[in-house]
Parts: sequence; C-alpha cells; structure tokens
Amino acid sequence: MRTMIKRPGAQGALVQRDLSIHPPAHAPGYKTSVLRSPRLAPISFDASPTEATGPIFGPDVVGPGDDDLLTNYAAPGESAIGPRIVVMGRLLDGSGRPVPRALIEVWQANAGGRYRHKRDGYLAPLDPNFGGCGRCMTDDDGWYSFRTVQPGAYPWPNRANDWRPAHIHISVFGEAFAQRLITQMYFEGDPLIPHCPILHTVPDAAAVDRLVARFDKSATIPMDACTWRFDIVLRGRRQTPFENRMEGL
Amino acid sequence: MQGRSHPWANALGWLPETASQTGGPYVHIGCVPSFAGLEGMYGGRDLGASCRRDGHVGEAITVEGRVFDGTGAPLRDALLELWQADANGRFAGEDGSDPAFDGWSRQPTDGETGLYRFETVRPGRVVWPDGRMQAPHIGLWIVARGINVGLYTRVYFEGDPANEEDPLLARVEHGERRATLMARGGEDDVWRFDIHLQGPKETVFFDV
Ligand SMILES: [Fe+2]
Repeated sequence: MRTMIKRPGAQGALVQRDLSIHPPAHAPGYKTSVLRSPRLAPISFDASPTEATGPIFGPDVVGPGDDDLLTNYAAPGESAIGPRIVVMGRLLDGSGRPVPRALIEVWQANAGGRYRHKRDGYLAPLDPNFGGCGRCMTDDDGWYSFRTVQPGAYPWPNRANDWRPAHIHISVFGEAFAQRLITQMYFEGDPLIPHCPILHTVPDAAAVDRLVARFDKSATIPMDACTWRFDIVLRGRRQTPFENRMEGL
Repeated sequence: MQGRSHPWANALGWLPETASQTGGPYVHIGCVPSFAGLEGMYGGRDLGASCRRDGHVGEAITVEGRVFDGTGAPLRDALLELWQADANGRFAGEDGSDPAFDGWSRQPTDGETGLYRFETVRPGRVVWPDGRMQAPHIGLWIVARGINVGLYTRVYFEGDPANEEDPLLARVEHGERRATLMARGGEDDVWRFDIHLQGPKETVFFDV
C-alpha cells in the first residue's frame, strides 16, 4: 500500500510561528515539563524543502468506520457507552485556505475518564466496546468529522488533586512537516476548564478559548448525537510577490 | 459559513495557529494503537511502522537511540516521526522519487528500554532555499508527555564531508553543539542518535 501520493501544487515558505500563542517548553505548573523542556534557544531558519514538504496520505490510509469511535472497537452490533457526540470542523491554514485531504487522528478517555492503556490505573472501568482512537481525512473544503462518546474528566498526578477537563487529543498533518501539530480539544461549559494546568500552559487567553469546542445546536442530529464544532488552524504559507524561490520549490 | 471570513481572522484575513498541547502519556493510543495494545485497531498495522520496501533505492540504514530528560533518564513514553528525502534527494510524491520509499515513519520509544528505531535509507542531498546543497539529513519530530510543543531537530551523519558546507550546521554558533546533531557509528549501517532534552549535552532544536 502506498502511503504517499503526489503532492499538490507549489510549496511556498511558511509564515513564522507566533510562539506567544503556544505554551512555553518549560511550564512549571505542568510538572512533567520541567525535566523535559529544552533550556537553550532553538535555532531559527526559514524552512528548507525538508520542512516545507511533508507526508501526504492517500485516501486508502483511512478505512471505512475509522472515524466512528462508537463502533470501531466494539463487538459487532454493539456500541461504546456514553453521551453520543459528533465533532466536526474545518482544517484551515493561517491564510484562511482550507487544507484538503489531510489526516487527522484523535484519541481520548472513555465516558468514565479511563484510557485503554496499561499505565492508566484510574478507578473508572474500561468499556469493552471502546478503544479510544479514531482517524479521518478532511474533504476538499477542509471539513472533517468523527463520532464518539463525550469523554469523562479524570484525575492525574500533578498536584494532589488535579483533574483534566473532558478533552480529546488531536493530531494533524498539513502539507509541510513544519505544520505538524498535536493539540487538545475541550468542551464549552466544562467547569474544570479554568483549573487545568495543562490547558493553561497556553499563555494567551484567546488561544485558550480557541481550544474550546462550541456546542452546535444547528448541526446536532435529532434523537442521535450532539454536535461540537472545532476548527483547527495550521501555520500558513507566505504568498509574497517578488520573493526569491528556487526552481522546483 | 464557507466563503465568509472566519471569526478568528485579523483585519488582513490571517488566522492564528491553533495552540499546541502535549501529546500526553497516551499519545500511542492515537498514533500507534497496535503498539499501545489496541488489538486489531486499523487492521492491526500502525501507520508509518515502516517507510521502506523491498526494491528501494540506496543504502538501507537503521537510526536508533534514546531520548533523555534533564536527569539523564530515558523517556519511555515518547513518539518520534521522521521525514526525509530518498537516496536521490527527492521527497515522496515528487517526480522521480523512489516508489519503494515513503520518506515518513513514526516509532515509539520502547516502554522498557526507551530505545527508538527507524529502518530507513541514507538520504540524498537536498537544496537549501538559496540554491546551495545541504548535507544529507533526516528531519525528526519528538512528542511526549511533558513536551508542550513538538520538538524538531535534524539527524546528520558524522564524518560525511558534506557536513562542512551545510548551511544550517554553519548557523549553529557554538561549534561543539553541532555534535548533538550527528548520528554516530555507521558500522553495519546502524547509526546512533541520542536526544538530550536539557542539560550539558542538550540537543540543538530548531524553530522553523
Ligand atoms: Fe488525555
């Protein structure tokens, strides 16, 4: 199976990353970051082809049903337990352009706040019909969606009584390796949001707010699933006239 | 909604990037679920588990190592991805690129030893934006619990004469730090590349 397909179009240079909206590497409120954070300044450069290109996945990478966490680990005819939700949104780049046919991967705890992982010893039980991962590709207009259960909050070892708000981890590929992004999506109205040391590693209040999905009544499926809207923005490319650009880049 | 300006856009129409968040302790569930123990997920084959197939062009190599925290302990819950040119310096999808080489792979660090291992090919040379040629290198992206924004570094090959004229290595002001970007060994085509997140041997990371 070929993973990669031919890349579309020209690959321009990337807009410099605005580090003020990203968490610093060293964020003492999130204790694990203390020993895992570089302390020296990163070296900056304008992307070369190694960074300005990246893996582009063919449609065969995602199988039917991979985007449905309610059933992609369940026994035939069964379904995961918990509030049924749809998460949908658009993948855009910084210039507002939709990013089509991009791979999005998600993972999350079950409705009780428990991950299917040997290192997760939380009291809440596993759901035999819930694996906790899914993936999808954006369509030609950058839209993506997946169906799942609303994850539960869970306690974690940081301070003595820290809890993660309900969240879904999201991994995104753009068209450039330098656009590679992992983030987390939260749910509007969750009372744990103001207390989360991990969410608040993000120093900018507006950037925090953009990690909070909105309940979308209009897109909610009657008698079936509540829909949450979460748009994702990757770094944009410069579109500057007169810029020197080597042949083939 | 489509075609209208996005509520996050500034006056010039630019949108702010979504903030990064740590991959957390369970990043493997999402990215390498079979490794994480989700039997049979996605057909039982983790995406990117291998990047080269029989009949590939060039020299098959192994790049392996560990990722160390500030106390020198190896991370046993990290995930690494590589992106690189094929043996002729072409990226997957480019005209003339090697159809038996994907250029992208991802591997977890071992849950006991902390070792990661990529089975790949020695990359060819790729142009720098001003037209000079870069030395052969591999792009490497590292995520883990406690890493808030994925870290990007490059693997070069110790002893390659092209390193002397590489435009990016030349930009590393403190010469001794260049050594942190060098994979060592090469015996039996196995190259060792350890990553130090902090401390006296801190690896050079890049903001691209
Ligand atoms: Fe989590």
